[in-house]
Amino acid sequence: MELFGDPAVWLPFTFAALMGVSILIYVVLDGFDLGVGVLFPFATDEEKDMMVASIGPFWDANETWLVLAIGLLLVAFPTAHGTILTALYLPVAIMLIGLILRGVAFEFRVKAPTPHKATWNWLFFIGSLMTSLSQGFMLGKYVMGLESTLGTRAFAMITAVFLTVAYSMIGACWLIIKTEGILQGKAVDWAKGGIWGLVLGLGAVSLATPLVSARIFDKWFTYPEILLLAPLPVLSAVMVMMLWRSLQKLPNATDAGSKGPFAYAITLFILAFSGLAYSFYPYVVPEKLTIYEAASAPESLMIILAGAIVVIPMIGGYTALAYWVFKGKASELRYD
Amino acid sequence: MDTLMLSRIQFGANISFHILFPTITIALGWVLLFFKLRFNATGNVRWMDAYRFWVKVFALSFAMGVVSGITMSFQFGTNWPGFMETVGNIAGPLLAYEVMTAFFLEAVFLGIMLFGFSRVPGWLHTLATFLVAFGTTMSAFWILVLNSWMHTPQGFEMREGVAHATSWFEIIFNPSMPYRLSHMLLASGLTVAFLIAGLSAFRWLLGDRSKSVHVTMKTGVYMGALLIPLQIFMGDMHGLNTLEHQPQKVAAMEGNLDTQSHVPLLLFALPDEEARENRMEVAIPNMASIILKHKAEGMVPGLNDFVTEEGEVMHPPVAPVFWSFRIMVGTGFAMLFLSWGAAILMLRKRRGPAGVPKLMMLAMVPMAFSGWVATLAGWYTTEIGRQPWLVQGVLTTEMAVADVPAPFVGTTLGAYLTIYVLLLSAYIGVLFFLARKAVDGDVPRPRTPLSGHAVTREIPAE
Repeated sequence: MELFGDPAVWLPFTFAALMGVSILIYVVLDGFDLGVGVLFPFATDEEKDMMVASIGPFWDANETWLVLAIGLLLVAFPTAHGTILTALYLPVAIMLIGLILRGVAFEFRVKAPTPHKATWNWLFFIGSLMTSLSQGFMLGKYVMGLESTLGTRAFAMITAVFLTVAYSMIGACWLIIKTEGILQGKAVDWAKGGIWGLVLGLGAVSLATPLVSARIFDKWFTYPEILLLAPLPVLSAVMVMMLWRSLQKLPNATDAGSKGPFAYAITLFILAFSGLAYSFYPYVVPEKLTIYEAASAPESLMIILAGAIVVIPMIGGYTALAYWVFKGKASELRYD
Repeated sequence: MDTLMLSRIQFGANISFHILFPTITIALGWVLLFFKLRFNATGNVRWMDAYRFWVKVFALSFAMGVVSGITMSFQFGTNWPGFMETVGNIAGPLLAYEVMTAFFLEAVFLGIMLFGFSRVPGWLHTLATFLVAFGTTMSAFWILVLNSWMHTPQGFEMREGVAHATSWFEIIFNPSMPYRLSHMLLASGLTVAFLIAGLSAFRWLLGDRSKSVHVTMKTGVYMGALLIPLQIFMGDMHGLNTLEHQPQKVAAMEGNLDTQSHVPLLLFALPDEEARENRMEVAIPNMASIILKHKAEGMVPGLNDFVTEEGEVMHPPVAPVFWSFRIMVGTGFAMLFLSWGAAILMLRKRRGPAGVPKLMMLAMVPMAFSGWVATLAGWYTTEIGRQPWLVQGVLTTEMAVADVPAPFVGTTLGAYLTIYVLLLSAYIGVLFFLARKAVDGDVPRPRTPLSGHAVTREIPAE
């Protein structure tokens, strides 16, 4: 494998990239189904059934990307995994409890006796909310270099709210694709109402990141980087405008452009994520530990990579199959 | 309590809660495939009714397994950073292969298996059922490879305090893996057999005489009767393997203090570790030597060999291992008597479930969860039996624990426990609720009699 140069260099980079892509896919995919849960209080009981039907066949696989992402952190950068997760001990616990509640509520709400359904619907909402908030909180803490002061916690509280609103926004965009009629109309309003969260969230993280670290500041605001990177914020602004315009044209009789908002929202998530990845590289624990210092032994990474090259395209293939089988407007979920 | 003890309880509670559900889904996936294949072959709706009822149980159990499993993948980092820092080069790839070859397969095809019946061709639905079953089994394979390696590590070398792989073949096929994997897969089969028999008996007692209850009752009882002798044999083999590689665990299981011959089999005892004696022993002379060495003169290892000259105890806590082991074996024999009794009565005069007396039907209902009891007791035996080691001879549990304030661990432990108790009650409640609903004829039936393969696509929506 000398072909690619020193494996102690390209292997950690490859794994950081794989992990980054997994986190991004997770944030987009579970983002929309968490968002659907967060929107529960605004829907009627029949609409709640339809909302769950739109994510029912997918949520399990969506969450698996979190397991892969955290698994890659665990296996490729074990020391970083320990440092990051012990620093985020409480938000992680809250997220896990949230994930447990919403995951089982999917099943219990339709299998438990009918009088209990309202409780499980409520737990589905609470679980989705806890998960979104704690993920936003962790994002904030990470941006703040995992430091624990009053200021960093306040910032993390703010990102918690923004990320939750952003999730509900992308969730609403998903519902626009998967639903029709009154619910679709509502989803358009929810999406419009959620754009501010996305914009403020992007703004807060983009402004805070370079201010916290002089290293990151220099990475962005020196010549020629500032020119090369200009497309990121510019494209983001364009995407927000496109998103807003596409929402203005919905709902309509032919359902034209109903996939637009979701596509623009995903692009925004990707742009935001690329910015963050650029800022933090090469650090996996901000300002403390680089991916090269934290990486596992090359022989262990090689054997994982060999498997990943074979398996990940297959995962992509059958994930696409599942989305294709359940394409089009959602219908009531049934076992027959 | 200190962080170490609280962290151990927390991980123990999480993994105990978690294992309940994979134990069901691993074997239930294959049973569902069996139902589906029988339906494909006979076109008989009773098989599809059975499938539809049990696929609900599968979906619920799967969700419980997924969410409790995610919890554990995080706790490696939040509570046990020393584990991955020391043996991450070995554990990492094994866990990665579990995610890549099992988790995605199960999670993606589960959607098609549950909700795709009327959306995809029959063969694809059958294939999805197969792939989900295959995925759960692959998952069991990888995690048991890792767990077995923690008991009987090989194929690695230590460099600067960190384990590095030298032979993946030796790591994967470590000495206890074949026994542990077979023992666990059989445990899963038995858990499902008794769950199916138990819930079918419950439906029967409520007056359900549908064809689908007949077939599930037979499936459960015959499956249990077939697997339990295999399991007893495999358990014995696994015990002998443990004797070879972890004698201190066997010493604790037997409650044997000194290495000697003619060791009795203790049926009852209160092991007192401080005083280094057993109180109130009820014993069968020579029997432990005979079981472990196949002769009365056989030497059985004793606990006192595993106390260092400085007085440091390097054997597991005796009482929990001793008692867990007895609970597992006792449950196993209860399974043997019940499944063989019911199977013989059902076969006699070919009367099926009608040949089973009411008292026996009643006994089957609580035995629905006997697999859980035996599985947990077995895991406590082997895992507590590994203490004070986390990875036998390589890393102690104490060295791996995170430096998290005890109140943090205590608070989250309280929260997890509360949720687990509530969810477990909800889960069991819903199983019986689903069974009662099935008695009332909830299972949808085709409006017109159908036959043959065409059925798959034509069962109308209610």
